[in-house]
Amino acid sequence: MKAAVIVFPGSNCDRDLAEGFRKAGLNVQMVWHKDTALPEGIDIVGIPGGFSFGDYLRCGAIAANSPICHEVKAHAERGGYVLGICNGFQVLTETKILPGALLRNANLKYICRTVGLSVAESQSVFTRGYEAGETIRIPIAHHDGNYTADAATLDMLESEGRVAFRYTDNPNGADRDIAGILSANRRVLGMMPHPERACEPAQGNEDGARLFAHLTDVLAEA
Amino acid sequence: MKARVHVMLKDGVLDPQGEAVKHALHGMGFDAVGGVRQGKVIELDLAEGTSEADVTEMCEKLLANTVIESYRVELL
Repeated sequence: MKAAVIVFPGSNCDRDLAEGFRKAGLNVQMVWHKDTALPEGIDIVGIPGGFSFGDYLRCGAIAANSPICHEVKAHAERGGYVLGICNGFQVLTETKILPGALLRNANLKYICRTVGLSVAESQSVFTRGYEAGETIRIPIAHHDGNYTADAATLDMLESEGRVAFRYTDNPNGADRDIAGILSANRRVLGMMPHPERACEPAQGNEDGARLFAHLTDVLAEA
Repeated sequence: MKARVHVMLKDGVLDPQGEAVKHALHGMGFDAVGGVRQGKVIELDLAEGTSEADVTEMCEKLLANTVIESYRVELL
């Protein structure tokens, strides 16, 4: 299975994300934001955390309009897998691949610590390594992670089982404690916490590794 | 020609920056302040003949996130 990790000016979790994919057995290629096509045969696109374009205008807004993001959108529309983490989640909402938006944290502070997440939905290639209802620990590091959407959208996400993760102790004010959501076809996951920073013993936490672990199953099933 | 775009968080969307400014004003004794909303102003230098519709399209596609923000275009 082949993964592409998009690199924007200001991305700073791109190599960690690539490492997460590699550890799970994927072949990874880095892709620059000005590229106008994804490499041949890419199965999953990773949009890493960081501060694309310095968070100018709004987090993820300028990245969402970069040439490669038109290709990422087309990839998602034809049923390709996409994983957006932190700034990547912001990019996914700005491109409207996922609904809602991310506001400044309610306490106005940049928060960098490990938080508890409850796995709300295990029926996706990203979350099948977890038990629904299980609590895991994953680091967060963001200033604008306060997920919001109108009530109808939130109801729809909940009724369709598209809330992937909830905070056990909401750090940023996110509506309904939402930390990550899935697309309607469950092939796109956007989340604020950083599973790629919890993938091996040296990082002190391996709860994130299980998010990557089942990606190669997709090829086995295809 | 120029255009000025005012971008504000929509009513009902929590504006923690506005709240922080309000608390600061109260702390300074400006008790008359009932609420504060903080937005941004974007000034565009444009080629003559650029239409308001063009600027609106810029707002919809980039300058505002219409999920959470409203905008107002002023041609100068």
